[in-house]
Amino acid sequence: MAVLVIAEHSNAALAAATLNTVTAAQKIGGDIHVLVAGQGAGAAAEAAAKIAGVSKVLVADNAAYAHQLPENVAPLIAELGKGYSHVLAPATTNGKNFLPRVAALLDVDQISEIIAVESADTFKRPIYAGNAIATVQSSAAVKVITVRTTGFDAAAAEGGSAAVEAVGTVSDAGKSAFVGEELAKSDRPELTAAKIVVSGGRGMQNGDNFKHLYALADKLGAAVGASRAAVDAGFVPNDMQVGQTGKIVAPQLYIAVGISGAIQHLAGMKDSKVIVAINKDEEAPIFQVADYGLVADLFEAVPELEKLL
Amino acid sequence: MKVLVAVKRVVDFNVKVRVKADHSGVDLANVKMALNPFCEIAVEEAVRLKEQGIASEVLVVTVGASGAQEQLRTALALGADRAILVESFEELNSLAVAKALKAVVDQEQPQLVILGKQAIDSDNNQTGQMLGALTGYAQGTFASKVEVAGDKVKVTREIDGGLQTVALALPAIVTTDLRLNEPRYASLPNIMKAKKKPLDVVTPDALGVSTASTVKTLKVEAPAARQAGIKVKSVAELVEKLKNEAKVI
Repeated sequence: MAVLVIAEHSNAALAAATLNTVTAAQKIGGDIHVLVAGQGAGAAAEAAAKIAGVSKVLVADNAAYAHQLPENVAPLIAELGKGYSHVLAPATTNGKNFLPRVAALLDVDQISEIIAVESADTFKRPIYAGNAIATVQSSAAVKVITVRTTGFDAAAAEGGSAAVEAVGTVSDAGKSAFVGEELAKSDRPELTAAKIVVSGGRGMQNGDNFKHLYALADKLGAAVGASRAAVDAGFVPNDMQVGQTGKIVAPQLYIAVGISGAIQHLAGMKDSKVIVAINKDEEAPIFQVADYGLVADLFEAVPELEKLL
Repeated sequence: MKVLVAVKRVVDFNVKVRVKADHSGVDLANVKMALNPFCEIAVEEAVRLKEQGIASEVLVVTVGASGAQEQLRTALALGADRAILVESFEELNSLAVAKALKAVVDQEQPQLVILGKQAIDSDNNQTGQMLGALTGYAQGTFASKVEVAGDKVKVTREIDGGLQTVALALPAIVTTDLRLNEPRYASLPNIMKAKKKPLDVVTPDALGVSTASTVKTLKVEAPAARQAGIKVKSVAELVEKLKNEAKVI
């Protein structure tokens, strides 16, 4: 039995999500191999080889895999996957994009966003925006699974010395092409990996007022998130959205500012260790999940908080 | 061109669901059902393509129990021309649904298939991608912008760090993200007219689709409840608690 983990990477570097996925693979048991598919992905492959617990790194380096277009990488993963008991990818937008395609090519069901491994064939996953936890069992020959990264600790990035092996197979479906991308620039820690997250909602009133949160976040070394209301209102870009349809975070400390706490938002942050809510509406549902609630005007409380830190 | 939209009947997104006492699932008796929000966006996008003169026909399809006819009628009232219900009374996994949709795609030969990115009940986010694999079509998932030009469709996708644009050869599959559009409401006259639009009912057997699954649900539990928190009176007290009690800063 061996597990194939599909690396999340930017060619030049390995994403932290890969480390969490390796931990999930360790809980399943067996040899762990990591596939790095990309173009000029040597650095990412080297980093993957150093992860503790990984015994082999497969590198598929080709222009066809440059942006991991699912039409091209899914056939590659499905072909390699036939030799494994499990194929795992982190539940990032990238992993969610290609892995169901892999599962269908293998003619097996996929299990999405597991948060726990009960045994090699039984897993826990949240459904209904995290309002229920299902325990599911798979009898598939190859178990194809995406891993919710906040459900697992990161594996040690150093200490391993896996062999790196090139994969010759090239599949280029020729049906899709990368046109361009527009990435949001930020010096703050990445939202899904941050120890502290400060989020703003509709109560922020406008995008300019997010400066109060940025100032607070910089003091705390925190990432800044947002509710869907704040994104829809155009205060901040959508990659800052925390929730069922945005990012799932589980930091040590989550500070919700001017966020009412709709079910869909809670789905993205209620596994945080400590939740603080600052809201002037004392009836807001966010106070039901907050460890510490402060009923106050955020425009007074946030600057004061920043000053006291 | 013909556009096919797949929709799903789910628990209304405002309902806070309860887990059944025997842990067999979620209690859906007497709970308000609705069109999955992402599917609404998919219908809206197809109708807009028709209004722009790009789509000639909008076909809406669902796989589920007979109650899902209600959601098909909603889609018809929003502007779809015709509906198909693949009637199945067992709860199907994404792969089985994708196989049923593949059979409909083979029959109808649409140029564009639009689905929601995920259903808010199972939260799987799989069906569109699986349909892509089964049909061999290219996929544009998590779309926030869709532009059809000639024999290609340009899709702007929401990815973790921002936005990515891909060009796909038609026929193609698109799954919608929340920001693709703002769905319209069905007007009363359109709801009345929708009752007269054609709605066909077929079975997976008639389509020659196997609904066998390799995954079964053993139990469904409520998530661990959080300990009740406290309200602090001032920012100073909050900072003190975070430093000395929770020790997170």
